[in-house]
Amino acid sequence: MSTEGLGHHISSRYNEDLERLRSSVLEMGGLVERQLTQAVGGITEPDARVIVRVAQEELRVNQLERSIDEDCSRILATRGPTASDLRLIITILKTITDLERIGDEGEKIAAIAARLAMRERPHSRYRELRNLGELVIEMVHDTLDAFARLDTELALAVVRRDRAVDEEYEAIHRQSITFMMEDPRSIRRALDVMWVVRSLERIGDHAKNVCEYLIYLVHGKDVRHTKIEEIEKELHAFKG
Amino acid sequence: MDPMVRSMASGPNKSGFPPATDIDTGVIPIRPSGRGMLQMAVDENRRSAALKAPIKARAEALGFYYGEFKALKDLNIEIREKQVTALIGPSGCGKSTFLRCFNRMHDLTPGSRYEGRIMLLPEEMNLVAPEVDPIEVRMRIGMVFQKPNPFPKSIYENVAYGLRIRGVRSQLRIQEETEKALRGAALWDEVKDRLTHSALSLSGGQQQRLCIARALATSPEMLLFDEPTSALDPIATARIEELIAALREQVTVLIVTHNMQQAARVSDYTAFMYLGELIEFDETSRIFTNPGRKATEDYITGRYG
Repeated sequence: MSTEGLGHHISSRYNEDLERLRSSVLEMGGLVERQLTQAVGGITEPDARVIVRVAQEELRVNQLERSIDEDCSRILATRGPTASDLRLIITILKTITDLERIGDEGEKIAAIAARLAMRERPHSRYRELRNLGELVIEMVHDTLDAFARLDTELALAVVRRDRAVDEEYEAIHRQSITFMMEDPRSIRRALDVMWVVRSLERIGDHAKNVCEYLIYLVHGKDVRHTKIEEIEKELHAFKG
Repeated sequence: MDPMVRSMASGPNKSGFPPATDIDTGVIPIRPSGRGMLQMAVDENRRSAALKAPIKARAEALGFYYGEFKALKDLNIEIREKQVTALIGPSGCGKSTFLRCFNRMHDLTPGSRYEGRIMLLPEEMNLVAPEVDPIEVRMRIGMVFQKPNPFPKSIYENVAYGLRIRGVRSQLRIQEETEKALRGAALWDEVKDRLTHSALSLSGGQQQRLCIARALATSPEMLLFDEPTSALDPIATARIEELIAALREQVTVLIVTHNMQQAARVSDYTAFMYLGELIEFDETSRIFTNPGRKATEDYITGRYG
């Protein structure tokens, strides 16, 4: 399946429908990515207005989610899609749920960023979040690129990176506990950090989910809840 | 990639579908079932039964010629007992020709000729061997056509006819078998009070079910359907499809259909044919979610290959 493979239906309207659907998903992904970038930026460069901007994007994201859902139902009802077309619709229906949740998590991060900014804490004190934030933003970015190009190698790379996110999450978790035990006055800060870290970790999971759907879309293989080594083996089998 | 240009991206992908391989002949093995995210709504019990079902008929290097024209090219396919196997493919791909081989419908076509064999199991009878009596074959393998074609006789006589031909004399037995066949075709309740009326007074859908009852009367082992619903409205179509689903309790069904969704709904196995060759044969749930060959994919998704 290639990106051009969407076309070539005998019905040109069907081609247009599928193409439009795909563009909408990518548009939604782009918005979510921007939400996330702004939210994380708001943590490392304190900005009280970040929440307003992120929430504005949220409206458009929700609108897109609804209209994509509607388009999918219509195509299912009228076209009876099969094979790769069917997998595309199923993948999109599932993908937009994860994208929307990435947006929600982004909004949570933005809310905390706004609160932190009001407290006027020097931003350097949240440096540990920068690494993880960048890692997760990159995951989302690559997920969307992989989706646009139907690139399962890139998707697999994202799935692999989720491990690094989990490790980082664990490390910050342990560090926060240490801080809290050493000095009870740091509890408030440590909790804020943990909320953000938790959201970032969830976003990583959502990106990973989308990449797994993508592998299903391209190869027809369900790789959810499968060890990464096995996924790699499956994909190699396809390449022969 | 910049998120805003992403939607325009359509560069060559490095990892598309596995490339379609050449069309090779030989029995295409059924792939081990994967853990598809979406295996369509397959009843798991039914599915494992389908995998265990013994083989009822086997085409071996079957070829067929209309004069010089080779309409079927070395088909190898196994039809499983008490399962529904659908034959799909574009017009002229040979699916009807193949179906008709099973009850020797080509015998009277001038210049036609069979190659290879169709073995009916368990006794390994070659259906297309010249020494095998076509009447015998048709008793064991019934056929239902695209357009309902009841005899211009009473409803009762349409069904009783086959029994009489078979030499059943007992009126009581004919009555019993006729009722059984009409019940089997889900028509009994609609016609039991007017069995003596002309079959032509029935609606198209009823006529088609009468033809199915007629085919069932001789207790065939296999039923062949050649686009049985293409002349029917959606409700009559749904009835026939229900009936086909019920029939697989007792007979092996082979059905040719142009309606993809119908093939997906009623069959356990699907064979995709193109230009007289068998391109892909697999479980129906597989064919319609993740076919192995590009030609199949293009056909069922409505693309020009």
